[in-house]
Amino acid sequence: MMSPTQWDLPPELCCRPMAFVALTGLDVTYNAIHRAIWDAFCANRRADRVPISFKVLPGDHEYPKCRTKRTSYEWYIPKGILKTGWMNKHLNLVPALVVLFYELDWDDPVWKEKQSECATKVEIVRTSLQGRNTKVAVVLIQKKTPLPPGEDLVASERAASLCNACDLSGKSLFVLPHTDHLVGYIIRLENAFYEHAQTYYYTEIRRVKSHKEFLNKTTHQLLFVRHQFKIAFFSELKQDTQNALKYYRTAYSLVHELRTHETNMLEIKTMAGFTNYKICRLCFQHNTPLDAIAQFRKHIDLCKKKIGSAELAFEHTAWMSKQFQSFGDLFDEAIKLGLTAIQTQNPGFYYQQAAYYAQERKQQAAHMCAHEPVGSYPTPDPLETLSGALDFYGQRAWRQGHQSIDPPDAEKEKVGIQALQVKEKDVPHSELIIALLSNAVAQFKKYKCPRMKSHLMVQMGEEYYHAKDYTKALKLLDYVMCDYRTERWWSLLTSILGTALRCSYLMAHVKDYITYSMELIGRASTLWEDQKSRIEKNLIKVLMNEVPEAEPDCDPASAKAAQALWSDRVSLAGSNRFTIEVQDYVPFVQCKARFLSPSFHLDDPVQLHLYLKADCPHPVRFSKLCVSLSNQEYNQFCVVEESCKSQDILEPLSQENMCLVPGKTRKYSFKFVAKTEDVGKKIEITAVDLMLGTDNGRCVLLNWRGGGGDAASSHEAIQAARSFRSRGRVPEQHAQWDTVSIQASTMIISRVPKISVQLSHKPPALSNEMYCICVSIQSNEKTVAKDVKLTAGLKPGQDANLTQSTQVTLNGLEVCDESHPALLPDIAIGDLQPGEKVEKSLYVCCVTTGPRIFLFHVAYTMTTQAEGTDITCKCHKDETVTIETVVPFDVAMKFVSTKFEHLERVYVDVPFLLMTDILSASPWPLHLVSSQLLLAPTMVALDEPQSQVEHVVLQTGECASECFSLQCPPVLNGTSSVASGQYLISWKRKSSCADAPVVTTVVTLSHVMVETIPLYVHAELPSFGRVRESLPVRYHIQNRTGLVQDVEMSVEPSDAFMFSGLKQVRLRILPGAEHEMLYNFYPLMAGYQNLPLLNISLLRFPTVSGQLLRRFLPSRIFVKPQGRQAEDASIAAA
Amino acid sequence: MAVCIAVIAKENYPLYIRSVPTQNELKFHYTVHTSLDVVEEKISAVGKAMADQRELYLGLLYPTEDYKVYGYVTNSKMFRKLHNSFTDVMCNPFYNPGDTIQSKAFDGMVSAMMVQAS
Repeated sequence: MMSPTQWDLPPELCCRPMAFVALTGLDVTYNAIHRAIWDAFCANRRADRVPISFKVLPGDHEYPKCRTKRTSYEWYIPKGILKTGWMNKHLNLVPALVVLFYELDWDDPVWKEKQSECATKVEIVRTSLQGRNTKVAVVLIQKKTPLPPGEDLVASERAASLCNACDLSGKSLFVLPHTDHLVGYIIRLENAFYEHAQTYYYTEIRRVKSHKEFLNKTTHQLLFVRHQFKIAFFSELKQDTQNALKYYRTAYSLVHELRTHETNMLEIKTMAGFTNYKICRLCFQHNTPLDAIAQFRKHIDLCKKKIGSAELAFEHTAWMSKQFQSFGDLFDEAIKLGLTAIQTQNPGFYYQQAAYYAQERKQQAAHMCAHEPVGSYPTPDPLETLSGALDFYGQRAWRQGHQSIDPPDAEKEKVGIQALQVKEKDVPHSELIIALLSNAVAQFKKYKCPRMKSHLMVQMGEEYYHAKDYTKALKLLDYVMCDYRTERWWSLLTSILGTALRCSYLMAHVKDYITYSMELIGRASTLWEDQKSRIEKNLIKVLMNEVPEAEPDCDPASAKAAQALWSDRVSLAGSNRFTIEVQDYVPFVQCKARFLSPSFHLDDPVQLHLYLKADCPHPVRFSKLCVSLSNQEYNQFCVVEESCKSQDILEPLSQENMCLVPGKTRKYSFKFVAKTEDVGKKIEITAVDLMLGTDNGRCVLLNWRGGGGDAASSHEAIQAARSFRSRGRVPEQHAQWDTVSIQASTMIISRVPKISVQLSHKPPALSNEMYCICVSIQSNEKTVAKDVKLTAGLKPGQDANLTQSTQVTLNGLEVCDESHPALLPDIAIGDLQPGEKVEKSLYVCCVTTGPRIFLFHVAYTMTTQAEGTDITCKCHKDETVTIETVVPFDVAMKFVSTKFEHLERVYVDVPFLLMTDILSASPWPLHLVSSQLLLAPTMVALDEPQSQVEHVVLQTGECASECFSLQCPPVLNGTSSVASGQYLISWKRKSSCADAPVVTTVVTLSHVMVETIPLYVHAELPSFGRVRESLPVRYHIQNRTGLVQDVEMSVEPSDAFMFSGLKQVRLRILPGAEHEMLYNFYPLMAGYQNLPLLNISLLRFPTVSGQLLRRFLPSRIFVKPQGRQAEDASIAAA
Repeated sequence: MAVCIAVIAKENYPLYIRSVPTQNELKFHYTVHTSLDVVEEKISAVGKAMADQRELYLGLLYPTEDYKVYGYVTNSKMFRKLHNSFTDVMCNPFYNPGDTIQSKAFDGMVSAMMVQAS
C-alpha cells in the first residue's frame, strides 16, 4: 500500500458516521466484571445492533473545550470553510452521551456515602463538558437480580434520591445486574443510549440551524456552506441519511456559489469534492445509483475547468484523478453490496478516467517541474505550519485563513509554489497510473469489454516503458499484440510493435528485437517507407552481428546504456542462432508451399513448389531454404543452399536465386520419387525454414509450420478468392502471389495398372443355378506382370445375409452347397507376358433373389523406371458388376374334381385331380429335365404318377402344366386340413452345356381340407349315347357311415330322354354297404344333353343335399345322332 | 460534426477510418476499436432476441469524457449520407467486399461530415 497523499480523502470523511458514546467508570484492565461489560458492548457487534461507536474514557477525562458562544456575527469574518479537525472531533472526541458506571446495590450498607460519591463523579463529568449539550447517564452495576418494577420499595425510593443527588432525570438512571443475561441487558442499555444520542444530535442540528439568522450573504458565504455541511454531518450521526443527503446537496450548491479566485480555488474544490463524495455515497446507499452518477457528472462538469494556478496545474489533474478514483471505489463498493453494473456503465470507466488524469498530471508535472528552473527545496519550508497540519481543508500552508481577494504576498507565493513543484517531482507517477489502469482492467474484464481491456493493457505497457521497466512492458504488450493482430487493426498493432521494439532495443534482447523488426517492416505495418527502411537496415546490422542504431524517441541516457549492452552481445559467442516461429506473426517474408497435385502415382515424381515474397523496402538475401516433410527421407531433395558472404547480405544482387526482391514472387521447385512403402500414405509438409544471415555473423531461422502462411494470410486468401482479379487470366510464369494457395499434403497412390479385365456373362442369374461369369485378363504392360492374382466373388461390405446366400466356385460341374465361400481370394494366375490373355470361369450360386455386387480384383507386381531409378510397383485393378438374381419360373397348383370343377375341399375316398402350372419367368429358354410328385402319406395317387413335362423347353412366358389323379384316405374327425406333399422340378438353362448340373427346385404343395361324406354316389355310364339307342346307367350308392341309412331317390323326367327303372324309391342301406340302381335311358335328341336329374335325400342327414351328391355324378352326356350306316352296325351289334 | 468516422467490417477490422488530422490519430483508432466491445454485445443481444428485426440503430455506444461514440445511427442525415456513399462503394464492380475502402468519392463525403480543420 502506498502511504496516503494529500489528495486522498480523509478517513473521517469516508467512514460511516456513528453516534459517539463515552463510557466512564469502567476499569477494563483489572476488573473482570467491567471487562465483561465492555466486551458485551464492543465485541462482535453485528449489523442489527444500533450504530454507536463506544469508547472507554477515565471519569475525569478532559473533553475538547467548547468555545465561548458567539453572540453576534457582525464583525466576524470566517477564515475558511471547514476546519480540518471538525469531523474527527464529532466522531471521536465530543460524545453525544457520557455514561458513568458505578457499582452500587440498593441495599448497600453505606448507601449515603456511595450516593454522594456517585454524585461527585457525575459532577466531574459535567464540569469537563462545560457548555456542551452532551447528555450524562448513570448505570449502577449491581450484584443482585432486581425485583420486578414496583415491588422493591427501597429501590424506587433510593433511585429517586440518587437522581435528585446527581441532578439526573429518571430516564438517565439505569441498573445493570451482572447476571447470566449480560448481553441482553447490554442491548437494552445501548438502545436507550442510542435514543439519548439521537436527541443530542437533534439539538446540535437545531443549534447550528439557529446561527443562520445572524448571517449575511456578503461576508458569511463560507459559513453558509460550513453550516449546511455540519447539519448534514450531524444528520448522518443521527442516522437520518435522507435529510443528510438533502443538506449535503444544499451545501454542494452553496460551494459553487462562492466567489472563486485563484487563492481559494483549491479550498472550494476540496469542499466540493468532499460534499460530492458524501452525496454519491449516500445515493449508492439509498440504492439510487443513477442519482449518484448524475451528481458525479455534474460535479465533474462544474469542476473540470476550475484549474486554479497555472503553475500548479498538476494539482488540478491530481485532484480530478482522485475524484474519478474515489467514485470508482464507491461504485465498486456498491456492486459488492449487490448493485448490478452494465457493460457501458461500470467502475472501470471511472478508473480509466482517473488513470487518464494521472497521465495528464504526470505530463504536466514533467513539463512544469523539469523545464522551469525549479531548483532545490526552499528553506524555511513554506509548507510547514505551527500545528503540523492545516487549520482548514484545502488551504495553503503559507497563507492560512487568507480569504481576501487582495493578492497575497508574491514572494511567499512563489516559494510555496516552488516547494510544491519540487515535491511533485518525487511523486511515483507511473506507479499511480499503473495501479489505476490495473483497477480498470479488472473491471472491464468483468463486464465483457475485451478490447477496452487490451487497450488499457497497452497503456499499462507503455507506462512501464516510461518507468523503464521494460520486462514488464514487453510482457503486457506481447500479451495483447496477438488480439490486435487477429482483429487486423494494423495501425494499432504497428504502434504497439514500435513500443515493443524500443523495449527490446533498450534491453538488447536480440531475438525479440528481430521478431518485432520483422513484423514492422512487413506488410501489416503501417509505418512509412523511410521508417521501414531504417528498421530493415538495423535488422541487417543485427544479422551482421553489429550494433543497431538507437530507435528514435528513446531516452538518450537509456539509449546510451543500451549501446553498451549491445556491444556486449556482439562480443558474446555461441548464442548467435535464433529460430523464430513466424506462423503467428505477419513477418516481412511470406511463404506458401504447394504440392502440384493432391495425389501422385508412385511412378510419377512428386512435385513441390515453394513461393517466397518479401514485403520489406530493400532486397534480402537468404542463405538456405529447406522444407521438412513428414517422411524425413525426402527432406534432402527439398533444400536450396548457397552460403553467402557479408557483402551479399549488404548488397544483394536482385537477379540472384537466393535474393528476394520486394514485391516479387519467387518460386522454387522440388521433385523427388516416393518410396514404395509410402503408397497409400499422406506426405505432409511439416515445416518450412528460411535462413537469414550467416553462420559467422548471426543466423536467423524463420520457421513456418506446415505449408507456410501467417497470421494475415488466411484472410488474404479469402479476399483473393472473392476478388474479380482471380477470375482474370494470369500468365503462368508471373504467378500472382494471391492466386497461389497452400497445398501442404499429398497422397502417394499406386501406379495406374495397364491391364484389362473383362467380364462376360448372361444376366440375370436364376436362383439356385450355377451362374457362369467368364473373366478375361489381358496384360498391356511393356514388361512381365508377375504374380498375377485374382480375387473374385461377392464384394465385401454388402448385406451380411448376402454372404450366406451366395456361393462361389471355380468348378461348374457340381451344384454348390453352403460350404462354399462367397469370395475366392488370391486365385493364382501366374505371370503374364506383355499382351498375354488369360480366361477364368467363375460359377456363382445365388440362393435368394435381388441384386448383388461382384468384385474382380486383379493384383500383380512389375518393375518400372522413374527419374532414372528402378522401382517395383504393386498394381491392381478392380472390376465390379451388379448382377440381379430372379426366380426361373413360377409354379401354381390347384385341386379340381374329376369333372375339372374347382374344389374348395376334397372328400375322403373320392378321387380328385391335382393340376400344376410351371410359368417361365426367365428371359432365357429353360429346359425342364423332369418333374416328380412326392406325396404326403395323407394322399395317394390313383395311378403311378409320371412326369408329363419331361424334356419340355419353355420360352419366356410359356407355361407347362401337369395333372395327377389323387384320392385321400379317411381322416379322423370327419374334416381336417392335410399336407399334400412336394413337387420337384429338375431344370437347367437351355443354353448351358450338356454336363452342366441339373438344378432341382422343390415346391411345397399347399394343404387341403379333407371332408368325410356320409353317402357317396357314382355313376357308371358309357362315354356317349346315340339317339334312340338304349343307354344303360348304373348308379352306385354307398353308405359310408356306421348307421343304417334311409335314402329316398327319385329321377326327374326329362324331354331328352325316356327311361326305364324306378322313378321313385325309398331304400335302406346297411352300414358300409353299396346299393346299385340300374336305369336304361333312351336318348331322344342329339348333342349335349342333360341327364335326367337324380334326387337323393338322406333322412338322417338332412344337411347332405342332393345338390352336393349330384357333384359326384355326370350332369350331361353327348348323344350322337342316328346315322344310316350306323343303323346297320347297331342292329348288328344288337 | 464528427471528429472520426470509421467503417468496420463484420469481422471487426477497419474498412475505412479517418479522423481529423489535428489530433492524435492513434487515440481515435483505439476509441473506435474499444467501442466494438459494445457493438458486439449489442449485436449478439439482438441476435438472440430477434434475428430478423435487425435494428440498425445502435445509438450511443460508449461514453468517453471528451467524445461520444455512436454506432450506425439513422436519426440524422449524417449517417444516411454515409450509408448511401458506402452503398455506392459496394456497388462498384471493381471493389472486392472485405478490402479496405479506397475511394475518392467516399473520402470526399467523409471529409464533408467531419469537423473542418482550421
